[in-house]
Amino acid sequence: MVVQALAFYLFATIAVLSATAVVTVRNPVHSVLLLILTFFNAAGLFVLLGAEFLAMLLVVVYVGAVAVLFLFVVMMLDINFVEMRQGFLNYLPIGVLIAVVLFVELAFVGAGWTLTDEAVAVLAQPTPAGVGNVEALGRLIYTDYAYIFQSAGLVLLVAMIGAIVLTLRHREGVRRQKISEQVKRTRADTLEIKKVPVGRGI
Amino acid sequence: MELLWDGYIEPLVWIVAKILAIVVPLLVAVAYLTYAERKVIGAIQLRKGPNVVGPFGLLQPLADGLKLFLKETIIPTSANKGVFIIAPMLTFILAIIAWAVIPFDEGMVLADLNVGILYLFAISSLGVYGIVMAGWASNSKYAFLGALRSGAQMVSYEISIGLIIISVLLTTGSLNLSDIVRGQIGGVWEWNFIYHFPMFIVFIVSILAETNRAPFDLPEAEAELVSGYNVDYSAMTFALFFLGEYANMILMSGLCAVLFLGGWTAPLPFLDFIPGAIWFILKICFVLFIFLWVRATFPRYRYDQLMRLGWKIFLPLSFAWVMLVATFLVVFDKVPA
Repeated sequence: MVVQALAFYLFATIAVLSATAVVTVRNPVHSVLLLILTFFNAAGLFVLLGAEFLAMLLVVVYVGAVAVLFLFVVMMLDINFVEMRQGFLNYLPIGVLIAVVLFVELAFVGAGWTLTDEAVAVLAQPTPAGVGNVEALGRLIYTDYAYIFQSAGLVLLVAMIGAIVLTLRHREGVRRQKISEQVKRTRADTLEIKKVPVGRGI
Repeated sequence: MELLWDGYIEPLVWIVAKILAIVVPLLVAVAYLTYAERKVIGAIQLRKGPNVVGPFGLLQPLADGLKLFLKETIIPTSANKGVFIIAPMLTFILAIIAWAVIPFDEGMVLADLNVGILYLFAISSLGVYGIVMAGWASNSKYAFLGALRSGAQMVSYEISIGLIIISVLLTTGSLNLSDIVRGQIGGVWEWNFIYHFPMFIVFIVSILAETNRAPFDLPEAEAELVSGYNVDYSAMTFALFFLGEYANMILMSGLCAVLFLGGWTAPLPFLDFIPGAIWFILKICFVLFIFLWVRATFPRYRYDQLMRLGWKIFLPLSFAWVMLVATFLVVFDKVPA
């Protein structure tokens, strides 16, 4: 168990430190890279909890896809760091206020949380005995919570279609390659053989 | 003291020994893959390839490695130093750690994870960071453009690779790589590439794009980007990118062998007496040969054609295949338990 404890403290320390650094470093690209490090350590914590499927999913979805797009956007922004710092004091009171509200809410939740004996027993084993991680999760979301899961999928589908509709623009005068037309082209469409009389031209 | 030795140090020594047993042959294989590439392309173009250093030029990769090792590492003054140095290391480390879950033979695997295929997928989806970080940190337009292209390309083709993996998993019923291979025991007619033949082709093309190999090597298109994201790198930092790219090629070939070509199983049952690891290595070599063959045969794709192929052809095709496989399994009651 010593190794697990050491691994936990390693992941937890790096996660907390890098999460702090995300909001304190000056360069936004460094922020995103540190955010990725945080995600990665969170995945490590998931593995220690016995939720290896969730850990891999976190890496594939957040680190492998979401953060890449995030990094793209941040890399291509032309940000003036000095200008960005100027409004800092103006926004400070509102920011602190929101942080305090969130903190108080979290404290209330934490203080009012009691664990029943059943919950404690479940804590010790993340999945039912003899069932793999993936299977346990699959049983939950495709049997017990099938409708909720499907509607979540529908919401995401609608959001995706919305994003596509909002950004789809047809520009005039753009020449696009239409491969089907190129393939359908026959010799008769493009070539015409003419007999040219000698000395006359066409 | 005894507890410390038995409980911690001995397993640690064992694991380190196993890791070395994988990594050292892998690095040798990477070195000789560059040799094989030059020889194969030479043969296809009716040239001799490297033949000066050592017998048949066999020491050429060592000479190349030594050259890169002895050169000066130059860090551009306008580069973002930390990220600039981390990027090649990241590429190289990711290409190596993915090998932890590859099964070379029955039971011959470093970590027999239950979610092995997801681990591989996760690690290969991280590969894009090394390239994007390198392109950004170099602080040069060519490197940045190369990195952007490469990022978009790898993210696009990952989706179709993921869907293809899903359709294979549907027929296997497990995310464990060893179980996927065990599902294909019994000769060549049990291998997945027969049942998933269209997806086998799509997978081969997708791994070409995923590893940034020709004809999809746009990130390092020397004609327009003077070699893309790694243009500012020199000596060992460049060598790490190079090694990472080739180790990734071998890894993807291994993944292809596990998913479609039956991993360590013999093609005909009476050939079982040959060790599984040898079959596995032969299959990897076969897929690697396809990599080299394609590079010598096809011209480079245009960028919009590349994106069209990924999003408009491979994505719908692999989606349709997942649906088809799932429907087939349910209708004929063949869902693996």
